Amino acid sequence: MQGLSRPTPNGVAIRLDVPDRVEHLPGQHYLVRLTAPDGYTAQRSYSVASAPSDPLIELFVERLDDGEVSGYLADVLAVGDQLEVRGPIGGWFVWHGDSNAVCIGGGTGVVPLVAILRHAAAIGRAERIRLAVSARTLAELPYADELIAAGSLVALTREATADGRAAARLTADEFSGLIEVDATFFVCGSAGFAESASSTLVEMGVPSTAIRVERFGPSG
Amino acid sequence: MTGPTRGFFGRSHPKRDERLPPGQYNVGADWPVLTAEVTPRFDPEQWTMTVDGLVDNPQSWSWYDAHALPQSEYRGDIHCVTSWSKFDTTFGGVSVDVLLDSASPKPTASHVLATSTTGYTTNLPLEHVRGNKAWIVWSFDGKPLPREHGGPVRLLVPHLYFWKSAKWVNQLTLLDHDEQGFWERNGYHDLGDPWLEQRYQGD
Repeated sequence: MQGLSRPTPNGVAIRLDVPDRVEHLPGQHYLVRLTAPDGYTAQRSYSVASAPSDPLIELFVERLDDGEVSGYLADVLAVGDQLEVRGPIGGWFVWHGDSNAVCIGGGTGVVPLVAILRHAAAIGRAERIRLAVSARTLAELPYADELIAAGSLVALTREATADGRAAARLTADEFSGLIEVDATFFVCGSAGFAESASSTLVEMGVPSTAIRVERFGPSG
Repeated sequence: MTGPTRGFFGRSHPKRDERLPPGQYNVGADWPVLTAEVTPRFDPEQWTMTVDGLVDNPQSWSWYDAHALPQSEYRGDIHCVTSWSKFDTTFGGVSVDVLLDSASPKPTASHVLATSTTGYTTNLPLEHVRGNKAWIVWSFDGKPLPREHGGPVRLLVPHLYFWKSAKWVNQLTLLDHDEQGFWERNGYHDLGDPWLEQRYQGD
């Protein structure tokens, strides 16, 4: 482990130097496995936030109350520690860089979208990405500065934004402003967020085959 | 890296539940939703369950036909590849044996491809859906199966990781070879036995 930062009050970004790593596609995840001295193991999946061109793998971990793995990663893991990881995993919720992508994320669901954004910038295709993200407060939105700098629409549900948007979920108007023919839609967030965002897109005429969904569940 | 992780001791685990396959944890009363697609909305009246491919009598059942078949229950545990397990579930529906017996698989049939109304697919060896090991189910804990969990009807193959239990199933196609489904083409294991920890291709 080469670096650790705390982009949100409850989240850590850990940067790993993975020997002999297989290059990931933005949207994929890694499995982290912890082993106790008696051989007991616990493992969880975390989305990659870094672009494939980044020499390190960056994982974002939300610290859950009583989270066996996230608690360790957030509170105990230190720079220089060795960690057992496996990846990259997942071949569906991925952006190959060759199509327009509309990315809609809720809370920590923005993390794989950050990887897409960073990859688009790295390959000179930033114009292919449209972003809309939602969180309760700005402080709880991982990578908020980076998302705003990239032109993301930001919807906060518990406070107004700096540019005066009142506290609210993503509105129907905001969704309709995102609709784009021939784009792939990447929706990532809690089960409730993903359900509501993806069904709104379908109601607005987006074919369900154009929508890829990643539902995050709290998983310790 | 092998060996212990510095500073990790895990939750107190002297009495790890024997019902937990390796690498799994007990999710308790929760039931996470992990679907890669938009949750479909479909009318059970329009749904049919089809068994086709290498069978002597291809069959289709309407919602009412399927409910008129002998019903059975599964009581036990389920295991998701994302590492949660859920204990003591009760699902109700019809055993896949009943469907297959009616369709009469040909002797050359060795595998099944399950397909959903969404186009989702998953592959299973025939012997893993035979012998009271698989069901199509429409109830959970005595209530209609919720949409986000595959309602009104899903496949249930509880001895394999749960992505094999295709939500919104409407077709079982018998084949004489294995044909990868959605997650299997995207890196997940062809069989998916949780007790052998067959999560990904190569496990």
